[in-house]
Amino acid sequence: MSQHVILPQTLYVRIFAVLLALTFVTVAVAYIDLGPLNNVMALSIAVTKTVLVILYFMHVRYSSHLTWVFVGAGFLWLLIMIAFTLSDVFSRGWLPFPRGWETATVFFLMT
Amino acid sequence: MVSSEASSALSHQFDDLEQQSEATTLGMWAFLVTEILFFGGLFLCYIVYRASYPEAFASGSHHLDVALGTVNTAVLIGSSLTMALAVHAAQLGRQQELVLFLLGTILLGTVFLGIKGVEYGHKLAEHLVPGPSFVFTGPHAQQAQLFFSLYFAMTGLHAAHMVIGIGVLTVLTVMAWRGHFSAVYYTPIEISGLYWHFVDIVWIFLFPLLYLIGRH
Repeated sequence: MSQHVILPQTLYVRIFAVLLALTFVTVAVAYIDLGPLNNVMALSIAVTKTVLVILYFMHVRYSSHLTWVFVGAGFLWLLIMIAFTLSDVFSRGWLPFPRGWETATVFFLMT
Repeated sequence: MVSSEASSALSHQFDDLEQQSEATTLGMWAFLVTEILFFGGLFLCYIVYRASYPEAFASGSHHLDVALGTVNTAVLIGSSLTMALAVHAAQLGRQQELVLFLLGTILLGTVFLGIKGVEYGHKLAEHLVPGPSFVFTGPHAQQAQLFFSLYFAMTGLHAAHMVIGIGVLTVLTVMAWRGHFSAVYYTPIEISGLYWHFVDIVWIFLFPLLYLIGRH
């Protein structure tokens, strides 16, 4: 509950080292042709780094449950905004591929 | 002594410092939620246009400098470390350490903006700034202009947040130097840290999405 859990300095340094390592991994992976997986890898690494920053640098792991709800709500509404907009854009036939979710998903992953 | 420190920092509408700190943190997160959606709109715009013009976005991205982008990512993550260590120093009431880590964070933030400025200078020299002077040799010039519009809008908004963050940290450094904070009361340091880390997270997504498209 208390936000005043004092974490050891070494934990912050270790998180920093992991974030730095993941940065180099994301650059290295970008130069390898993985087809559709290039985007998946880039976003997975970015999400992993974000989770580390939020949990440890921003102390959310040690914060109240109400704080978790606030943080979760932010990302939930972001996902709603993105998902609903894309469901509209992808189903109108504006994009350079046939209509339909499956082709849209495959195409987007390949770009 | 602690009680006098506590009473001077405690606003009258709160029962105790713990409750005040909890309310302040939640308020900061409510603000950061609006920031997530603010930047989210630009990311959404990016997704739609990249899905529409994948080749143009890849060829536009090839004009960005991966080395400078990587160094800047490392600099910004380093500034998040010094910010986290500043909050840590504040929690322990170590005033000198707090001031030093705040100054370190300001320094790294300024280095980030400096490198960003050098990159903007390159783009200006290469006529890659959208507008009448935009010149792009390639099959998708118009759509590449869209990529660079998003590049400048997103990195520009991010840089504006960095400038505001550096301003806030400068004020906090002066306050810390004058001994405004203690192990009992350091909420402004803590919530400014939340803001700084948020700006770092935005860059964590901007870097691969803008610099690393179709590099293989």
